Amino acid sequence: MTDADRAFFEGEITSLLSSLYGAALRLAKNRADAEDLVAETVAKGWSGLHTLHDRRCFRGWLFRILTNTFLSECRKKEMISLEDLGDSEQENADEQAFSLFDRLHQPFLLWWGNPEQEFLNKVLRDDLQKAVDALPEVFRVPVILSDLEGFTYQEIAEILHVPVGTVRSRLNRARSQLQKALWEHARAAGLGPHAPVNDAAADAPQPGEHHERH
Amino acid sequence: MTPRQTRRNQVNTMSDIKEINCEQALARLFEFLDHELDAAHRAEVEHHLHACRACYSRAEFEKRLKGKLAALGQEQAPPEFAQHIKTLMRRF
Repeated sequence: MTDADRAFFEGEITSLLSSLYGAALRLAKNRADAEDLVAETVAKGWSGLHTLHDRRCFRGWLFRILTNTFLSECRKKEMISLEDLGDSEQENADEQAFSLFDRLHQPFLLWWGNPEQEFLNKVLRDDLQKAVDALPEVFRVPVILSDLEGFTYQEIAEILHVPVGTVRSRLNRARSQLQKALWEHARAAGLGPHAPVNDAAADAPQPGEHHERH
Repeated sequence: MTPRQTRRNQVNTMSDIKEINCEQALARLFEFLDHELDAAHRAEVEHHLHACRACYSRAEFEKRLKGKLAALGQEQAPPEFAQHIKTLMRRF
C-alpha cells in the first residue's frame, strides 16, 4: 500500500465513521458490539482495499463488509437461520400490509384534529429505535441500509447479494412490521385513537385501506 | 417556440400521464418516497397525490416517519471510539 492509499483510506474512514457507527449500533443493538463491528470492518477494509477497483464505490463496499461481518457473526451465534437470508426464501408477497396511517387517521376530524400528525409529533426517537431493533435481521438490515443510510435498492441488492425484487419485498414487509409495532406502542402509550381497540379489530382491514379516489 | 406552443406542449405532457387510482398510487408510495420510480411512474404518483387529499395525507405521513427513521442513523461516534479507530489505522 502506498502513502496515497493510506491517506485515502484514513480520510474516507474519518468521514464515514459516524455513519458506520450509527448503522452498526442499529445492527448490533448495543454500543460494545457496535464498536467491535466497526473496528473489524475498518481492519477488513484496509486489508481488502487492493481488491476495490473503483474507489468511488468505497462507501457501498465498506457497508457490504459491515453487513457481511454482522451477518456472519449472527450465523455463528445461530441468531438467524441460513434460509432467512437466502434469496430463494418465501417472500409471502400476498401478506396484508399494515398501515399505521390507516389506524390513526380519522377523516371526520379533518378540520379539528390530526391524530396521525399528532402521533408523529409525540413519538420519541427511543420508540422508533425499539421498533427497528425488534425487527428480525432479515428485515432490519434492508431498513437500516435504505431508511437510515439512504442506499438505493440496487445498492442494497449488491450489498446483500440478493435480487432487487427481494430487497423491495423485504422492505415492504419490514415497514409493515415496523408500523404494526409502532401502532401497538401508540395504543399502549395512549397516542392513538382514544377508544381501546382489540387485536382482532386492529388486524382486520380498516375502511381507509382501500378507499376510493376522492 | 411561442407561448401558445409552449402551453400546448405542457398540455400534451400532462395528457401523457396515465391516471391511476388510490390503490395503484399507494402500492407505489414507498418506491416513490425512496426515489426508486422511473420518470413516468413518478409523474403518475405525483399527479394522483396532487388530486387526492387522502393519499396526499398518507404520503406526507410516510415522508415524516421516514425522516424520523433517517435520524436514527445520525449517531455521533463517541470521541474515545473515534480515537481508538485512528490508533488502529496507524497500526496498519
